[in-house]
Amino acid sequence: MPIDMSDKTILKIEDLHLNFPIYQGAVHAINGVSLYVDEGEIVGIVGESGSAKSVTAMAALRLLPKGSFRLTNGNITMLGHDILKISEAEMNSLRGNQVAMIFQEPQTALNPTKTIGKQMFKVIQLHTGKKRKEARNLALCLLQDMRINDAEEILQRYPFELSGGMRQRILIGLAFACSPRLLVADEPTTALDVTVQRQVLQLMRAKARKTSTAILFISHDLALVSQFCDRIYVMYAGSIVEEGPTKLVLSAPAHPYTQALVRALPESSTKGQRLESIPGTVPKLTIKQEACSFRERCDHAHDLCVKIPSLVMSGVKTQKAACWLLEKVR
Amino acid sequence: MSFLNVIRKRLVFLVFVMFGVTLITFTISNLIPGDPARLIAGDRATAEIVEKIRNDLGLDRPLYEQYGKYIVGVAQGDLGTSIRTRRPVLEDLKIFFPATLELAIVALMLAIAMGIPLGVASAVWKNKPIDHLVRIISVIGISTPAFWLGLLLIVFFYGKLGIFPGGGRIDQNIAMPQHVTGFLLIDSLIARDFTAFKSVVGHLILPAFTLGFVHLGVVARQVRSAMLEELKQDYIRTARANGVSEFSIVFTEALPNAMIPSITVLGLAVGDLLYGAVLTETVFAWPGMGAYVVSSIQALDFPAVMGFTVVVSLAYVMVNLAVDLIYMMVDPRIRGIS
Repeated sequence: MPIDMSDKTILKIEDLHLNFPIYQGAVHAINGVSLYVDEGEIVGIVGESGSAKSVTAMAALRLLPKGSFRLTNGNITMLGHDILKISEAEMNSLRGNQVAMIFQEPQTALNPTKTIGKQMFKVIQLHTGKKRKEARNLALCLLQDMRINDAEEILQRYPFELSGGMRQRILIGLAFACSPRLLVADEPTTALDVTVQRQVLQLMRAKARKTSTAILFISHDLALVSQFCDRIYVMYAGSIVEEGPTKLVLSAPAHPYTQALVRALPESSTKGQRLESIPGTVPKLTIKQEACSFRERCDHAHDLCVKIPSLVMSGVKTQKAACWLLEKVR
Repeated sequence: MSFLNVIRKRLVFLVFVMFGVTLITFTISNLIPGDPARLIAGDRATAEIVEKIRNDLGLDRPLYEQYGKYIVGVAQGDLGTSIRTRRPVLEDLKIFFPATLELAIVALMLAIAMGIPLGVASAVWKNKPIDHLVRIISVIGISTPAFWLGLLLIVFFYGKLGIFPGGGRIDQNIAMPQHVTGFLLIDSLIARDFTAFKSVVGHLILPAFTLGFVHLGVVARQVRSAMLEELKQDYIRTARANGVSEFSIVFTEALPNAMIPSITVLGLAVGDLLYGAVLTETVFAWPGMGAYVVSSIQALDFPAVMGFTVVVSLAYVMVNLAVDLIYMMVDPRIRGIS
């Protein structure tokens, strides 16, 4: 049921808490994540592995295996639908249609025993009700937009006959089949080599601009995100520690974690010097965090850090960070 | 690899298999203590008569000569003459083999028709009550001896309830349909004799279920594990992310791929069903190869036993060839780049 369609917010996640029950206890994967994506925007989520970037995105599309997780708090609203309440059928009519998702591994993301054409026609026909011939024309267009020249021939091919970059371009093309309002791209280029990476991203962005599709771009690669996104969220151990326009966050990071990340970019080091890294590891998520999760690795940790800080304005426009240092400044 | 190549390779392979099979059965036959000539002649026959019979049957010739003669015959489609029935073995098998094949095929179809849905349900509702039930059924199926299950079914459905006949292929007061294929299901339909057809179906159910029950368990387990494996794959996640319904994901995405490893199991099942039919046929008085071969073994009728082995081995190799061809049809990766 659409609630407020005048709102230009396409995806809104509010204070999401999610854990995965395991033998004796649970992994507290998402600890109070709030984020939104507006129409036509490209929004990035950055964070190291295990920071729950993907889980957040999968939860938003209800793609986590049923029964594997417990959602203890929070709301997810997508295009006016309450994602946590709508039926499976309603969810299916959103997915692949209004909202699409692409994943990290193009090698295995296609059915190995069906031709590319068969797989594309199926999704196109499912959502548009087009006849096979029309579906075929659309598939050809989509592939051509992804700079696949011999599209006709590619439709006859099986996934194992194609390269990773080719497959990812096919999957991106397919994701745009119904001109979705939102595309969730979960590390779409991580499995590809660097030269192909850039090309694929450029194609994806060009296509998104054409169809005014918003992109939620998930990556561990800060450099990539900084070139690609309008706004970013920095995640650490299941929480968002900083958010704001990409330029602001990168030029004036407010959270010690973001600061460390920016320092660790190879671009920001001088030749001959040791590359920066962040000492220590991500905290164990099997214990529910009561303190700032970055405390153990933080140079500025002090007494206040035994409590979880909340996101506050860092002083500049729309940039926010979750750190007690900012509270002190205020 | 093309289809033709596979077929050609397999036919060459077949020659060696048949050579090996006949050699082994021939050797074992001759190692078994017991003298067919003595058995035919009877207890009171004189040594002279026994010797004459032995001579008639060619049993006094050296073993290599006997084997050589046999193999030349097999190559020409002559499986020798049965000592017991005094008819060409091939003629006997023509009568009994279709009965066994009919039983085995129906048993296989039952195993497939019940095993695949059970396996799918079990995988989709993993660790739910239905999964436990299917796993229990599978274990019972795999561990229940067919002859015992057959007897139980006869006692219950024939003895107590009287809803199914106790044995044979067709009611004794119904005329056999005219012999066309040897498969009574098909022959009775060709003759448009529906009374006979009904009777044939009724007679098939218990023995086919008995024979198929073991494989039902095997198929269900195989399909379950293959389905669980497929449902974990990334392309399933892609399908979900593309809004494909759960029903379509199970039946059009995962199941066809899960069937690829299951085909092997089904191929092996066909061979097992042909051999396994021996016990089931004995329990249900089914006039198939089982009954024929058991009587032949008891009569030390080596040509008949060897004929049986040759025919079943041939069927086994053919089924495996069919399995390989089906593999190539369903899996483009095996076919190679087109």
